[in-house]
Amino acid sequence: MKDDRILLAHGGGGRKTQSLIQEVMLRHFRDPVLARLDDAARLEMESRALAFTTDSYVVDPPFFPGGDIGKLAACGTINDLAMQAATPKFMSVGLILEEGFLVSDLNRALGSLAAVTRALGVVVATGDTKVVERGRGGGIFVNTSGIGIRPEGLDIGASRARPGDAVLVSGTIGDHGIAVMSVREGLAFETPLQSDVAPLWPLVAQLLEHRIAIHCLRDPTRGGLAAALCDVAAASDVGVRIREADLPVRREVRAACGLLGLDPLHVANEGKLVLICAAPDAPRALAVLREHSLGRDAAIMGQVEKGPKGVVRMETVAGGERVVEMPLGDELPRIC
Amino acid sequence: MNPSTAELLQRIRGLADAIGRPIRLMEVCGTHTMAISRSGLRALLPPNLRLLSGPGCPVCVTPVDYVDKAIALARRPDVVVMTFGDMLRVPGSESSLEQARAEGARVRVVYSPLDAFRAARSGSDQVVFLGVGFETTAPTVAWTVREARRLGVSNYSVLCAHKLIPPAMRALLDSGECRLDGFLCPGHVSVMIGTKAYEPIAHDYRLPCVVAGFEVLDILRGVARLLEMRCAGLAAAENAYERGATSEGNPAGLALLDEVFTAETTVWRGLGALLASGLALRPAFDAHDAEKRFAPLNVPPPREPKGCRCGDVLRGACLPDECPLFGRTCAPENPVGACMVSSEGSCAAHFRYEWVPRETTA
Repeated sequence: MKDDRILLAHGGGGRKTQSLIQEVMLRHFRDPVLARLDDAARLEMESRALAFTTDSYVVDPPFFPGGDIGKLAACGTINDLAMQAATPKFMSVGLILEEGFLVSDLNRALGSLAAVTRALGVVVATGDTKVVERGRGGGIFVNTSGIGIRPEGLDIGASRARPGDAVLVSGTIGDHGIAVMSVREGLAFETPLQSDVAPLWPLVAQLLEHRIAIHCLRDPTRGGLAAALCDVAAASDVGVRIREADLPVRREVRAACGLLGLDPLHVANEGKLVLICAAPDAPRALAVLREHSLGRDAAIMGQVEKGPKGVVRMETVAGGERVVEMPLGDELPRIC
Repeated sequence: MNPSTAELLQRIRGLADAIGRPIRLMEVCGTHTMAISRSGLRALLPPNLRLLSGPGCPVCVTPVDYVDKAIALARRPDVVVMTFGDMLRVPGSESSLEQARAEGARVRVVYSPLDAFRAARSGSDQVVFLGVGFETTAPTVAWTVREARRLGVSNYSVLCAHKLIPPAMRALLDSGECRLDGFLCPGHVSVMIGTKAYEPIAHDYRLPCVVAGFEVLDILRGVARLLEMRCAGLAAAENAYERGATSEGNPAGLALLDEVFTAETTVWRGLGALLASGLALRPAFDAHDAEKRFAPLNVPPPREPKGCRCGDVLRGACLPDECPLFGRTCAPENPVGACMVSSEGSCAAHFRYEWVPRETTA
């Protein structure tokens, strides 16, 4: 494309829009379903058990250590599907660009997005681009929706946790949130930390293949592990007890949290899952997770109890106990 | 080898047993408050040992009319108010900075006064930084004010409500309200003012004072030392945070404080007006004093929230859940008092980490 920056005209629906589609979009997304460029994509599905999700991405800055908004937008939606044990099949990509956004940055973000979908055989079937005036958007916002196929007869979800179940996490927590904050304007600090953003479907596929008795899967994004566990405790009407000593937290994350007054339990993840499964399956689930590169630091870190209902508690390293509260949604940078 | 958590707890139990009667220790630092709640330490201590939280959270002790003034400034079209995030939700008489921002006032959260100073240098808006905090935060604010004068950054000013810890400790003891057996003194503040700052208190009130760090082991070491001193009848100021604090403090930081600020009588929420307990900018820095630059800052007389016992909580006269509003009308998402807002507030710490509502207990 001749222009090196996005112009308002690229969202106008005319020739400029066409050149954006032809020379940028179709370069990254080559599936015939999309290439027909009809008003709606025509899909064929082999199953009636589907999962459908949507999410918007406004991360600031759009490029951060370990990833960017494109990779995040692909992984976030694939992960939401994976938490319903659904094989990701189709995705839509909606872009809201700010006038003046660099076309090279757009290519970079879309390249990351396409790399994820291509690797997992997910078809980007439809898309849309709008351009807003300079000063009225954050450079680039992305919305993705996804459709996946669920295994027949599998009923998992936040309300399925039962007293006695084991609680596992697939790796270190807080990496994404801290990595993004470390490059944020007005807050920059030096850390070798990378975002953990990754598609979790391959990990979930392994759990399914090994027939782990999954009761619930959550990806602890905004609100972190605390919000994910509080959701489960409330929806399943159970208590959850975790052990601080068994929580995988990187030193850098712990240090940055201390500095910024944050709790690692509240910091976002984009490539971790919480698994709640029948207790007898926990050791096998742990082995399956650790076998995969995305789950190398997995840990069994707690269990589901009868009560107190709706409350998550943590045995502290000091040997005490405290409540893990639902984060309030404090003044935090846009991290996803 | 340093003693382990278990060893320290055992030592503390032995000492508390030897003393026998109820023992009351107070920390005067929000970071201690938070660390104690988060680690679940209280439940591990012997039943006759009570850890009380004093006025150690800078946001909590800031009076309502300060928030009202900050909101009035933020509503001026020429002003951007910059603040630590903790101040955002503190209720003023009518509103909070967060609500004022939603209505169009310009309020920005920064992690350091240096960010506010930089924003002033690179822009043309009037930047007002909310100078809230103890001896720990005051030196960086002092630096920005001194630099602003040196470089002629005329659009930078501070709404100053800095406070000093030792006068508050004295006020608590003078009130006689909570008979204390010792002070667990704040680690960060002491890095600046030195452990010698507590010597007059230890002497005048015959009370052990121990400076402690913020890890569980630090706090337990401090508690154990306070009990040992109590047993031995010692009243002195000691340092159990050797890796951070010294006897003399930070001379460069103290000199900077003295160059920019002067001690003045100031109002503490819960404690009232205390002599020489606050820091005011010296007249040479009038141009960077928001109170003077934007005078008169007319705000209506402040209204304290009805039924809120923040003041009692800050004096250790009542525990957070003894307040009738706690967990009912007052919770972190809709705080009535400042102690429920700040990440270092006693009520917030208690609500977040120690409190399970009765009706949900299985």
